[in-house]
Amino acid sequence: MRDPFDGAVAQHGPAVLRVCRAVLGAGPDADDAWSETFMSALRAWPELPDETNIEAWLVRVAHRRAVDVVRKRVRTASPVSDTELLAVMESRGSSGPSGSGPGGFRSYDDDEPGDQSIWDAVATLPPKQRLCVAYRYLGGLAYAEVAELVGGSESAARRAAADGVAALRKIIVEPDEPDEPDKPDKHNDFGDRRDTGDTGEQCEQGDQP
Amino acid sequence: MSSANHDSEVQDRLAVLPADTGRLREDLARRAEAEGLIDVAYRVVDSPIGDLLLAATPRGLVYTGFEVEDRDHILAMLADKLGPRVMLAGGTASGRAALSGTASSRTASDTAASGDSASGISAVLAAATEQIRQYLDGERRDFDLQLDPALATGFRGEVQRHLENVEYGRTATYKELAGQLGRPGAVRAVGTACATNPLPLVWPCHRVLRTDGGLGGYRGGLEAKRRLLAMEAAA
Repeated sequence: MRDPFDGAVAQHGPAVLRVCRAVLGAGPDADDAWSETFMSALRAWPELPDETNIEAWLVRVAHRRAVDVVRKRVRTASPVSDTELLAVMESRGSSGPSGSGPGGFRSYDDDEPGDQSIWDAVATLPPKQRLCVAYRYLGGLAYAEVAELVGGSESAARRAAADGVAALRKIIVEPDEPDEPDKPDKHNDFGDRRDTGDTGEQCEQGDQP
Repeated sequence: MSSANHDSEVQDRLAVLPADTGRLREDLARRAEAEGLIDVAYRVVDSPIGDLLLAATPRGLVYTGFEVEDRDHILAMLADKLGPRVMLAGGTASGRAALSGTASSRTASDTAASGDSASGISAVLAAATEQIRQYLDGERRDFDLQLDPALATGFRGEVQRHLENVEYGRTATYKELAGQLGRPGAVRAVGTACATNPLPLVWPCHRVLRTDGGLGGYRGGLEAKRRLLAMEAAA
């Protein structure tokens, strides 16, 4: 790769940080994984083929560095393969990643108080769903690539990501909705928005009477 | 249908969560320097003649760019000619560091990054930042910096290094420089050398004018050249 490394850090650094935070919790572990990811990337940069999809490559590196962080934390005596990350994370006895929660989180986004609730919601997902959501929706990997990292089949990765997003929807989106079950006209409303594309966006901006 | 829309809303909200990497990038640059993994470190400092991009290799200051120039283009050129491990160092995420304060009040990252090796890449950038500030404040006439002449090659490089001989407050013409270098017919080549000077200010190409007294050109823009000449003339 002949392009300036700095450009990759500027362009993909935030996405990689989101991936690390989703996998490890928004705290010091995620920072460590981010730093180790970009140190690894910096070492490999000059030999990286020019046609590489940089972000996908960085997300795969971030996965391995996240595995390293988890290994270090559990101090397991037996070697752990990358795809056994899930088992290791389960073995930590908590579905929530380290560094999350009231005690472990270092706040970077004090001006965005709503965001911590989203990270907290992500932390409640079972590890496999959390990783699939992170790599697919924050890291932009294809499901086949997600499956390579987390183990299992492509369709299992697709299901886990869908289940994860559905679980997040219950926590993040639905509290804002009315308590009673969706009415039929509600369904129609959303259906219309989806079908009309841009017009729907404008409606959401408050153009409705 | 409602669920599908909600799911895409969840995805959208996840993908735009704030992720400020400024502090992480500073730490990364320090580690990269400590491990000798940087080809080129750069920072952007503000100054009376606009933002200046200062770039250094482990051998010294290698390039100074102006605000009127395209930053991405400069970084791509540096990566191509000097190596792709180009890193922001000693600035914020936007690449800016204030060109102010004295040597004793350098930023924490300057001090920490220079560490034991006063000749380190960020020490070079810190010294260049400080001396350029002094120069533009009228407190300095000559520079004492480690320089990397890697981008000053061939006859152009010869001209560019020769620029040091044009003293503060004086001017020379392209024609005079060509004569001094034993190539009286190479006036146009001297002009090109000045236009491509990798280290303006330090190698003062702004002091070179046309024989008819015209300003000629300047990579940083004629307004910057005019200001520098006025500042030196008033000193």
